[in-house]
Amino acid sequence: MAKAYSPGLQISQRVLHSSRRILPIPGDVLVKVGEQVSSQQIVAQTFMPGDVTPINVANQISVAPAEVPDCMLVSVGEEIRAGDLLARSKGIFGFFKAEMTAKTSGTIESISHVTGQVILRGAPLPIQVRAYQAGTVKEVIPQQGVVIDSEVTFLQGILGIGGEAYGKIQFACQKEDEPLVDSQLNESMRGKIVIGGARMTGKAVKRGIEIGVAAMISGGMDDEDLKEILGYDLGVAVTGSENIGTTLIITEGFGEIAMAARTFRLLKEREGAEAAVNGTTQIRAGVLRPEIVIPLDKNSQADTKSHLKQENALGVLEIGVPVRIIRDPYFGLLGQVGDMPTELRKLESGSESRVLEVALDSGETVVVPRANVELIEG
Amino acid sequence: MNSTTVKQLDPDQLNVILATDCGSTTTKAILIEKINGEYRQTYRGEAPTTVEEPAADVTVGVVNAVTEVGELAGRKLIDENGEIIRPAKGNTGCDIYISTSSAGGGLQMMVAGVVREMSAASAKRAALGAGAIVMDTICSNDKRLPHEQIQRIRELRPDMILLAGGTDGGTQKHVVELAELIAPAKPQPRFGGTYKMPIIYAGNQEATEFVEAAFDDDVKLSTVANVRPILERENLAPARDAIHDLFLEHVMAHAPGYNKLISWADAPIMPTPGAVGNILQTIAEQEGINALGVDIGGATTDVFSVFDGTFNRTVSANLGMSYSISNVCASATLPMILRWVHLDMDPRELQNHIKNKMIRPTTIPQSREALVFEQAVAREALRLAYIQHKEFATTLKGVQQQRTVGDTFSQNTSGQSIVDNMKLNLLVGSGGVLSHAPNMNQTAAMLIDAFEPEGMTVLAKDSIFMMPHLGVLAQVHPQAALQVFERDCLIYLGTCFAPRGLYRSGKTCFKYHISGNSLNQSGELLCGEMKRIPLGFEEWAKVIVEPKRGYDFGAGAGKRKEFKVRGGTVGLILDARGRPLMVPAGENNHLAELTSWVQELDLFPENHSK
Repeated sequence: MAKAYSPGLQISQRVLHSSRRILPIPGDVLVKVGEQVSSQQIVAQTFMPGDVTPINVANQISVAPAEVPDCMLVSVGEEIRAGDLLARSKGIFGFFKAEMTAKTSGTIESISHVTGQVILRGAPLPIQVRAYQAGTVKEVIPQQGVVIDSEVTFLQGILGIGGEAYGKIQFACQKEDEPLVDSQLNESMRGKIVIGGARMTGKAVKRGIEIGVAAMISGGMDDEDLKEILGYDLGVAVTGSENIGTTLIITEGFGEIAMAARTFRLLKEREGAEAAVNGTTQIRAGVLRPEIVIPLDKNSQADTKSHLKQENALGVLEIGVPVRIIRDPYFGLLGQVGDMPTELRKLESGSESRVLEVALDSGETVVVPRANVELIEG
Repeated sequence: MNSTTVKQLDPDQLNVILATDCGSTTTKAILIEKINGEYRQTYRGEAPTTVEEPAADVTVGVVNAVTEVGELAGRKLIDENGEIIRPAKGNTGCDIYISTSSAGGGLQMMVAGVVREMSAASAKRAALGAGAIVMDTICSNDKRLPHEQIQRIRELRPDMILLAGGTDGGTQKHVVELAELIAPAKPQPRFGGTYKMPIIYAGNQEATEFVEAAFDDDVKLSTVANVRPILERENLAPARDAIHDLFLEHVMAHAPGYNKLISWADAPIMPTPGAVGNILQTIAEQEGINALGVDIGGATTDVFSVFDGTFNRTVSANLGMSYSISNVCASATLPMILRWVHLDMDPRELQNHIKNKMIRPTTIPQSREALVFEQAVAREALRLAYIQHKEFATTLKGVQQQRTVGDTFSQNTSGQSIVDNMKLNLLVGSGGVLSHAPNMNQTAAMLIDAFEPEGMTVLAKDSIFMMPHLGVLAQVHPQAALQVFERDCLIYLGTCFAPRGLYRSGKTCFKYHISGNSLNQSGELLCGEMKRIPLGFEEWAKVIVEPKRGYDFGAGAGKRKEFKVRGGTVGLILDARGRPLMVPAGENNHLAELTSWVQELDLFPENHSK
């Protein structure tokens, strides 16, 4: 297969980026095409049918299910409040009548004469979608949402924990190979997106949560630390709904691994800028990587116009392109593709695979399976 | 043709058959041709599946894979309009095109039944048998409160729901209650927009009217025969057929490009696992054997079994070798995995390696250590998936049993597993870690360690994961499917001999005598020993085993048994480690024994230990 390699993570200094902001069910779009929106502005909203509470009226007032409709004091579609009388049994010769009241508010959705069950629907639940990316509304999808466009600095991480977060970029580490430890975090970082270098320690994450940082981004972390932070072992890389008090993004992988120099440099260039990050990761068919979106201000647009590139222009694995090795025994090393022999080669494991040579930044050349490198894109 | 039925074809006129399997990442195409009166698989091609942007049309990937097959075969299969050419004329076209699909995550279902062990279990079996992934099972006794059940239905976004409950003529209340829970939950399907959630009702037929009344027009309700008409009998076929029809008409019709694919295919498109189950059932039936198949993928492990004609399938949703590798380690625990590793490894580093494989799932092991570790993880993933399968594949629960005096000491209850390793005749493995192992001895060893076959069991692997294609072909042309299965699909690894009975240190386990054209060997094995005896693929041998007291090859404890066996690429494997297999975790003296197995089976010929 010609594409037996990982396409890599996108790291772009300046790119035209679109965010599709869609409601899970149809609703109202609150903005118009061409409108400028800020990252936290609500662009679409709707109401989901409220929560449902089934009430077994037949059991509660000790009547047969078939008698329940006649015992009901309210009818389908009627709104009731907690404490309202719902049903009363006929009793024996008019005595010993049993009554029941509603424990929650809502609307009567159905009354069943087969099961004696009454379904109570609660108040509608609001669902709101924020713009996430500051920019211009490019398209309105009626009843569903919008597409927002803007020129941004765009970086993808390898794995994230937690969902969307917003804040200014602030550095805790001064070099890409400096570990992010608790002593580097302070109160000035509250509500900020904190950038580390190499591995972020478990203590540093705990300190970040205490302070109330919006997000923490670093090269790697230890599996043991992640387990402790989450309180469970992450079984599959489908994340985004965690509620740990901050959003975490690692850019390279697990273990003692430095952030790629280019990623670090690019973030450094945007220090102090307002950014939106999303830790949501889904590593399965239709992969989603965590991302850092930093809209460009007018000054930087003027400076870098000539470098504007389109998204999704996937690179090609060929001699001379920069790659990162993503599997042991050379995990994390960077270099350039040297030779790309077409024939299968036998690996140390005994398997046969298509390989390539990587001229490492250290000057050494190593041979690795093509599946074990990713392009450094951007 | 919009095919939910098989097109009428004359089997004798089928000389060139084209089949594709649209997987979630790769679309695989194979060509089957009639050569000298026999069907053989001749060429194979693959291309990335294209259900997602930018192509968003599954047929693009199909055309790419078919084009590759055409180029290799020197046969023009795609015309100028990008469609498959039929019928075959000379070096152009094919006579029939068939396909399976698991693209877009396959068929995701939710099942509901009144009692977990009875109607809900039957509904789950029907859904799994049809090739679905069962996301959750809702039942009256699942210990969740009604509002929690409703919340769960709302959170999940299944492609369809199967509702069962009650025997025909029995109580109606509970199954109607379930319908009343599902209806207001208003489950949102994955495909949004105009899609109406299909709900299949396969419960008490006398409650049909009330169940129908519970649902409004927001869902597409179909009613089929009860999956459990009486307690003592299951009737899964009508529900399975309804699932297949709705899969085609609703689920796939909403996936990008599938309407075109359905119109191309000459037989109904099946969910991939459903097709695998189909071929395994056909083989077991034709050969009169009990068979077990396993497909270990990146995210899931599917186990299929046919014992005494009863088919069962389970999907272990989070046991896999890449996307779910971390979950395997969490479920099995690291010490249990390391009991299969004969090399020194640092546990902390391994934990980070596991997570790195999870986040970069397409990488392959380059070093010997990485391979040994991955194969150890595979053993545990397979073992756990098999435990789940055995727990699920049971006789019907809730059935009254009549006991005689002879049953006094065997207090078996209903709901016993029908999976019996002693009765197992054929064990077939497929999936990357088994199919692409650098040597086949490793594949055989993984299968034996994970499944612990007893008595005599033939081991095989699916050469290029062709079983899905053959499963659909079996519907159209069973004879062609069987011929290709026997000749090109399976690679016979060899035969395993292992007695049932616990390991007793230092004791003799069994004596053996093997005779054939190329070998004549006798000997005895102590408990804990393994022995490999090469015997080629087309060779046959007679094997006589004489177990010691407490060990059983199927004839009874301590009783002699004779087998006629076929060889394979690995040969015969004699396993005296005892059953159930007790390989201790974290004991240092176990390392010597483990290394001796590695050496005897020649698993890593160039380097046995570090």
